[in-house]
Amino acid sequence: MNSNQFPDIPKEKFEFVKREKGIHDEKFETKPVGYFKDALIRFSKNKGSVVATIIIFILLLFAIFAPIFSNYSIDYADLYYKNVLPKSNLFSKMGFWDGTTKETVNSQMYDYYSAIPGAIEKVYKVEESGDGRRKSKYYTIKLDTYDKVGYQYKTVTKKGLDKIIEYEKANNIQILYPMIDTSKIKAKQFKNDPNFWYVADAKANATRTAKDELQPNYIKSDDSLRNDGYAYWKKYNENQYQVRVLYKEYYYINHGYYPSFIFGCDAYGQDIWVRLAGGARFSFLLGIVVALTNIIIGVIYGSIEGYYGGAVDMLMERISDILSAVPFIVVATLFQLHLGQKVGIIGCLLFAFILTGWIGVARRTRTQFYRFKGQEYVLAARTLGAKDSRLIFKHILPNSLGTLITSSILMIPSVIFSESFLSYLGIVNLQSKYMTSVGTLLSNGQGVLSTFPHIIFFPALFISLLMISFNIFGNGLRDAFNPSLRGAEE
Amino acid sequence: MKTLKYVLNRIGLMLMTFFIIMTICFVLIRMLPNPVQEGAGDFAAATKAMREAWGYDKPILIQYGIFLKNVFTKWDWGFCTTVGTYLSPVTSYVVSKLPATVILNVYSLLFSLPLGILFGIYAALKKNKWQDQVISVLVMLFISVPSYVYAFIVQYYLGFKFNLFPLQMAAGNNYLAPEMLKSMVLPVLSLSFSVMAGFMRFTRAELTETLTSEYMLLARAKGLTRKQATYRHALRNAFVPILPMILSEFIGIMSGSLVIEKIFGVPGIGAIYVNAINSRDYSVFLFISMFYTIIGLAANIIVDLSYGFIDPRIRMGGGKTNEL
Repeated sequence: MNSNQFPDIPKEKFEFVKREKGIHDEKFETKPVGYFKDALIRFSKNKGSVVATIIIFILLLFAIFAPIFSNYSIDYADLYYKNVLPKSNLFSKMGFWDGTTKETVNSQMYDYYSAIPGAIEKVYKVEESGDGRRKSKYYTIKLDTYDKVGYQYKTVTKKGLDKIIEYEKANNIQILYPMIDTSKIKAKQFKNDPNFWYVADAKANATRTAKDELQPNYIKSDDSLRNDGYAYWKKYNENQYQVRVLYKEYYYINHGYYPSFIFGCDAYGQDIWVRLAGGARFSFLLGIVVALTNIIIGVIYGSIEGYYGGAVDMLMERISDILSAVPFIVVATLFQLHLGQKVGIIGCLLFAFILTGWIGVARRTRTQFYRFKGQEYVLAARTLGAKDSRLIFKHILPNSLGTLITSSILMIPSVIFSESFLSYLGIVNLQSKYMTSVGTLLSNGQGVLSTFPHIIFFPALFISLLMISFNIFGNGLRDAFNPSLRGAEE
Repeated sequence: MKTLKYVLNRIGLMLMTFFIIMTICFVLIRMLPNPVQEGAGDFAAATKAMREAWGYDKPILIQYGIFLKNVFTKWDWGFCTTVGTYLSPVTSYVVSKLPATVILNVYSLLFSLPLGILFGIYAALKKNKWQDQVISVLVMLFISVPSYVYAFIVQYYLGFKFNLFPLQMAAGNNYLAPEMLKSMVLPVLSLSFSVMAGFMRFTRAELTETLTSEYMLLARAKGLTRKQATYRHALRNAFVPILPMILSEFIGIMSGSLVIEKIFGVPGIGAIYVNAINSRDYSVFLFISMFYTIIGLAANIIVDLSYGFIDPRIRMGGGKTNEL
């Protein structure tokens, strides 16, 4: 059928379009989308990058706020709680993340732990092994690493002692326990152990009563605190007493809360949560400062190289060539050895990162200049009388803004990685009472990897998450800033 | 002729760069106070003689002259002080540590290279299917997560929990003994992840590019099957940039990995480098630093030159007509 024949349409259905008015283009109803907005739109379409951005944000928030909302400070250390496992007050009631571990112990250690209130949460099974003559029992128990600390000897002043006694009466709990008669302990390894308060034989097996209870081995005294005939302190002089306290409660008096470390403690009894956040703060700060400085230096250097070209370019390229051929570790070490005393470790680290870090940015900027400086619009601007600086910063540089932003973002994780690498190897020592770094935490944890894996787990998790999300974020950014990929995703 | 001139030019520039770096390093190192002044016990006299022969009491530039003379005439880079056997030559000490590093890295490369390339090819052939997605995720994981984290993971699980392999590398020089091989599994594994991921990503990118090129269309139009076209045309062209990468990896094996060597107790060059830094043995430090520098420079040149040798379309040096 001929497409021009529509015999059935009545004539009045037709009308003229805009006979009186002139015909114009319609105005855009949508708003114009600029370069950065377009990049943002395309970036937010990439789900992986958005997730990565959120993770980076969370890690950043952790670094900033974790020490503020924690009970502990970065210089906090309590050696009694060294190597304790992670415990979260919230989750411990549900039976996990509660600082307990499953352990198989022999009967001596079982006796030892059962003498400590709260140490054994559960006995899973009891096994007997060995031949007929020498039988030994093995207990698989759920051991609370916090309560395991049990009783400890403490030296207190008279005032402190009175305070504890007062507190005991007011709250009706027992903190002070009788002193142990160490002369009667036959097992040598427990001679000075404040938790070995029961009667036992030379092999440290507890001598139990008929009711299967432990028998106390305390020093008798006429001047007893609780009228049970036991001595509750050893008097050094008028003002100094040695007492045996249930450490958990003693801790509560001094701090106002029971110990619980979300990420556990390291071998010095320091809170890993706060130390890690401290290290993370340092890493982020270093990464951002280094990235910014390198971008500024690199852009200026690369612009001069690329814009002027010729002999200037040749000479400057040689300099950056030589600098880039020096291995980073050599730079870091030499700075450390020369300036370590004068400007401090952090200063050295900054210098080392900046000395060679800008070269990549400079190269990228230089290529961009070679690409754009011969183009007609630059020529036009120059003909109109624009100065060199205006041409560089106003006309040529904005073209490479996308790549520069991407490379500066990707520089942050690489700086963090290098810093953790150097401090892990011990070339840069950032460990102090008030400071630490992720690499140092990793290196501390590595020695006890097999016995206390939690010490290394959290720093390793942190740095892995950070690296992954920064890389995904950077890739997303690179794609978003690349206009040639526009529409390629759909 | 032009090629030869270009090659010679590059090598000359490299030597110049190397020389400048060595000079700067030497001067900076000799400006430091030397912790080993006299040495211990019977060695005192020997140390004194050694230091005099090396001109430690003269100005730094004269020291540098003596150093250069010793290096070029006798290949004498100084003597060990705090690392290795006291007063033994640095060169022989470092060279004695080289096999462990090289062998470890060769194994790791032999393991990761074929796997990386194979997975890369597979991902390119299955582009945008789930296999490709899985491989991309793996690549992201392997490249981003630092190698020491992998080292901890394999050491804890394979070494400690399941007790399959020893936690540390075995001692000795017999690198083919079964125990030695077994003890090298963990360091080799942890070295391999990132190399493997690098090859996967690179191969995939190159192959996807060649697979979509015009000559592939032509090959298919001529009647080749997809397999034939991929195998004979796409793969060969994709390998042009991959081969230089392989080459540079092979040169890089000598520098080894400082962290992995430390974690697994590998008696290699990286481990003594860290030792030399931490215990301030400047001669060892200088020698290994220069070693690393020359490896880096050589790798650069060889990669650049190999492009031209593998693919004749790429003119070396590039005159006006072939710039950028």
